[in-house]
Amino acid sequence: MNLSLTLNGKLIQDDIPADMVLLDFVRRHGCYSAKRGCETANCGLCTVFLDDVPVLSCSVLALRAAGRKVTTLEGLQEEAAEFGAFIADQGAEQCGFCNPGLMMNAIALFRENPDPTEDEIKAYLAGNLCRCSGYEGQLRGIQAYLAWKKENRP
Amino acid sequence: MKTVSQPIRKLDAMQLVTGQPVFLDDIAPKDCLVVKLLRSPHANALVESIQTETAKKVPGIVAIYTFEDVDQAGPRFTCAGQTFPEPSPQDRLVLDRHVRFVGDVVAIVAGETEAAVDKALKLIKVNYQVLEAVLDFHTAKDNPVLVHPEDNWEALCPVGADNKRNLCACGDDRYGDVEGVLSACDIVLERTYHTKACQQAMMETFRTYCTIDTYGRLHIISSTQIVFHCRRIVAKALGIPKSMVRVTKPRIGGGFGAKQTVVSELYPAFVTWKTKRPSKLIFSREESQIASSPRHEMEITVRLGATKEGIVKAIDLYTLSNTGAYGEHGPTTVGLSGHKSIPLYGKAEAFRFHYDVVYTNEMSAGAYRGYGATQGLFAVESTVNELADLLHMDPFAIRKKNIPHEGDQMPAYYGETLNSSTLEACLDKVKEMSGWDEKFPVKDMGNGKVRALGMGMAMQGSGISGVDVGSASLKLNDEGFYTLRIAAADMGTGCDTTLAQVACEVLDCPMDQIVVLGADTDASPYDSGSYASSTAYVTGKATEQCALALREKICALGAQKLGVSAEDVTFDGKAVSCGDQSISLADIATASMCGNNIALEATYSHSSPVSPPPFMVGAAEVEVDLQTGECTLIHYSAAVDCGTPLNPNLARVQAEGGLLQGIGMALFENITYTPQGRMMENSLMQYKIPSRLDSGRIDVAIVPSFEPTGPFGAKSIGEVVINTPLPAIADAVYHATGLRFRTLPITPEDIVLGRLNTKENAH
Amino acid sequence: MIHFTDYKRPTSLQEAWELNKKKSNRIIGGMLWLKMSHRPGQCAIDLSGLGLDTIEETDDAFSIGAMVTLRQLELHPGLAAYTQGAMKKSVEHIVGVQFRNCATIGGSLYGRYGFSDVLTLFLAMDTQVELFEKGILSLADYAAMDYDRDLLVRVIVKKTPLRLAYESVRITKTDFPVLTCAVSFGQEGLRTAIGARPNRAKLLWAKEDMVQNGTIDAASFGAYAQEMIPVGSNLRGSAAYRKALIPVLIERCCQQVGGDRT
Repeated sequence: MNLSLTLNGKLIQDDIPADMVLLDFVRRHGCYSAKRGCETANCGLCTVFLDDVPVLSCSVLALRAAGRKVTTLEGLQEEAAEFGAFIADQGAEQCGFCNPGLMMNAIALFRENPDPTEDEIKAYLAGNLCRCSGYEGQLRGIQAYLAWKKENRP
Repeated sequence: MKTVSQPIRKLDAMQLVTGQPVFLDDIAPKDCLVVKLLRSPHANALVESIQTETAKKVPGIVAIYTFEDVDQAGPRFTCAGQTFPEPSPQDRLVLDRHVRFVGDVVAIVAGETEAAVDKALKLIKVNYQVLEAVLDFHTAKDNPVLVHPEDNWEALCPVGADNKRNLCACGDDRYGDVEGVLSACDIVLERTYHTKACQQAMMETFRTYCTIDTYGRLHIISSTQIVFHCRRIVAKALGIPKSMVRVTKPRIGGGFGAKQTVVSELYPAFVTWKTKRPSKLIFSREESQIASSPRHEMEITVRLGATKEGIVKAIDLYTLSNTGAYGEHGPTTVGLSGHKSIPLYGKAEAFRFHYDVVYTNEMSAGAYRGYGATQGLFAVESTVNELADLLHMDPFAIRKKNIPHEGDQMPAYYGETLNSSTLEACLDKVKEMSGWDEKFPVKDMGNGKVRALGMGMAMQGSGISGVDVGSASLKLNDEGFYTLRIAAADMGTGCDTTLAQVACEVLDCPMDQIVVLGADTDASPYDSGSYASSTAYVTGKATEQCALALREKICALGAQKLGVSAEDVTFDGKAVSCGDQSISLADIATASMCGNNIALEATYSHSSPVSPPPFMVGAAEVEVDLQTGECTLIHYSAAVDCGTPLNPNLARVQAEGGLLQGIGMALFENITYTPQGRMMENSLMQYKIPSRLDSGRIDVAIVPSFEPTGPFGAKSIGEVVINTPLPAIADAVYHATGLRFRTLPITPEDIVLGRLNTKENAH
Repeated sequence: MIHFTDYKRPTSLQEAWELNKKKSNRIIGGMLWLKMSHRPGQCAIDLSGLGLDTIEETDDAFSIGAMVTLRQLELHPGLAAYTQGAMKKSVEHIVGVQFRNCATIGGSLYGRYGFSDVLTLFLAMDTQVELFEKGILSLADYAAMDYDRDLLVRVIVKKTPLRLAYESVRITKTDFPVLTCAVSFGQEGLRTAIGARPNRAKLLWAKEDMVQNGTIDAASFGAYAQEMIPVGSNLRGSAAYRKALIPVLIERCCQQVGGDRT
């Protein structure tokens, strides 16, 4: 079936099977940052933005995104590098496989709530599983980034 | 030190956080055949017949393989990534007519699209002769039902294996007169503990793709911790020369030991070797949960004798370990349940450690961080916590009376002498961090909830003494940058970076002057692989020695160019100098490429006769809702002695991550089977690893020691970190509820029903 | 993973209803549960073109389109005020923000899943569902019905003055619940909905003598619910454990809705 949508600012047209999910669609179009970590919508590794709202791309039919705006980490490289550096400074990226999903959802959090408390950070990111880090380093990185942002806010 | 012990960013960090395509399924060629596996629905069965004709007619299907394509009388092999000859019995075939657990492989299907393969899988018709299954590991030994009745089963090492008794291994290790010492003790406790076959649940499931290279060889690209063992195992399984196999690894999305077993590699290798076409196999999460390489389920009985002053005089430990349908890591994991727990009690005059490792018709087990020590330490540390309670002694105080100190010989630890330990300081540190003196044992929060504390200690090893080989190759390149080649596997741990830190320290250079090439059997020097807490300690030492050797060569060529003797020059990382004369490293690099006879390249292999134990102490503060049984971890305090940390950031994150896995084992991660042998926790929906809302606050202190045999004083950190939460949380729950739980995980239901039972019994 | 061969986004309810008459077609809500089904479907019917993604609040009711996400419910100030925070409390544990941005109220209620927090809370309110064919009926009736091919269009919550509380027990914070409990207390009386039994949530009204002069006898209500509401076992807990939890959660909810003198 025909699908046209905007992926990271670029209009994409494709002929796809009716049951293709958005995750497979974005990977087919070179956006490999989105990962599949489970089949049960539990891990958050496949997080992308659909019209700027973070969703699990493993659970959204690609055709549902027709005419809409889809963003993956490939489309947010500057933000990813700026924020990611703080995660890297903690060594909290570890294996890195869950990172893109975390980055996406953290960026969504920062846009929605630029000054979150620790509890708000944990609640918002609860659907992003990580098996390496124990989450503490991620939290330190996020808090360091937010503090730096606050200092450097115009 | 300039690079060692510095909190340096991982070399691959920015690539990872910005989501670059560096993992297996990101780089696999798009024209790979899709490989999927048909798995057995029965726990024990013989494939009587299998019809694939209809399935083969599905457009796009390229090949379907069954047991008929594999010589059933041929040599068996093990998928355990261990040094040859593997202690694990040779009990596998690529495709076996006899399937031994729900999920065992019946057929391999390869096709051009996933849709075609999915369709073909449904069209394969299998007639099974369903056999009685062994599903209770207590009844496995000498059960008339044999998991491996076949005659071509083979054990290469004397590990007490006997397939006609369902035994993967058994043994009995004694020191002193245990019964004599126990009978003279003031107090003897006998307790039994049970831990499940928990899953590593790394975020990236098992996955492999294969191609045929320029020379017609099989190139396996896999998410593996063990490229060299993988080459050997696949070559044996396929019956092809090892020279025809190359194994490399891309970035790995977590391993934790799971990928120390050949789990996904055989099938695409079989397909590509037969069809000469590229193929890939990506395990689903369900497959990763039901047919992989989890922790060995163990039931451990401890008999511990002590004086009324709390001195542990004797320990008798019996472990019953469930290796499941195949014996990967069975004979070796069990050893750690005794050898990495008993030595913590240095005053013991006698010990006995005996064990049986049994086959059952459940998923086969493998290697998971902690590797048997986790299970043994839960048992021994919990028993000591019970002892402290009976003697009305503080759990920290009783440890202090018993722990070994630097210079002590450890009879229960292969007779090794303890070269480095800050275990006592770790005890003090955790006591302080946890607010133990104010909070222990329990505080009523006044809302039906109580907060309570518990603690535990742990040790592990640093590599397998006399077995593990770590190697490094270094060369100097154009403009003076270095290449470090290794076959240790960075699976997120950061060993590409920490080993580079070691090299840079020796070579007096900044980190941006080195590049790392990791894990390629054609290009890397031999390394056992990244497991057994070996990389920092064993490969780290090899890297240090290798860098020293390269320094000498740089000096030699520098001296030659300066026209002086090599003994008279110095090298500060930037230039080789002799008096006023000097030649820059870049110029030496240039000189090495023109009319040169001195290779500016060095390779060094290292194996250690000892395996210095890292130590850890942990204390858990939990809040228990006594009415609902919900148990929340509030705070975990831990201190670790990993020798000199090569990178304090990475050591800390290793500790935090390992602790949370231990916390998961203690409270959430359960494995249950139906009466037919189907595993229920087959997804991340049912197998609950902790989210960030379940982890409380985790504080880690590093209390360095200096290990003289390690690189810059380093010992291992990767595994010891998972061990303390099990006994610490169980003890905290006891202090909160008055209930001793000796089976993990401790669920809210256990707490509520346990309290109801206690109340009823009191009436 | 579910398979479809066709996808349609109808532009009218009539069209959606016609499409859904065919047994092999499926309406997709958030698709979180549906996608794990192994039963192949022919056509996926996507209701997202029908404007059913808004919450309309009037003086006496909320009208919630079937495609409204759980995250919209969680963040809606009107619902937060009316439910005294119970709305957020009932959904905030459901996996994560991204999941709740996908999952819809229509999917949750049509599915009538045993584990549904949403069904539990809405049962305890004066909730009606609007079906395309059958019209408006109470959620309690709908919850008891078998699955059919009618369309769930919207959910209507009347703003009957109520005190409302929600509690659940979970093994991990983002897991399915072991038991869910909503209690509401208003002019019409005191009621509870208990879910994750593990079967579909059930509604139970308190006996009249359990409320006297506006004061709740929470212990009696808890014991009554324990007796009246059947529970069973699954991976997350046994019937015995669930039975033990019922009065605990009811009493906690009763304390929050006030008037508890036990």
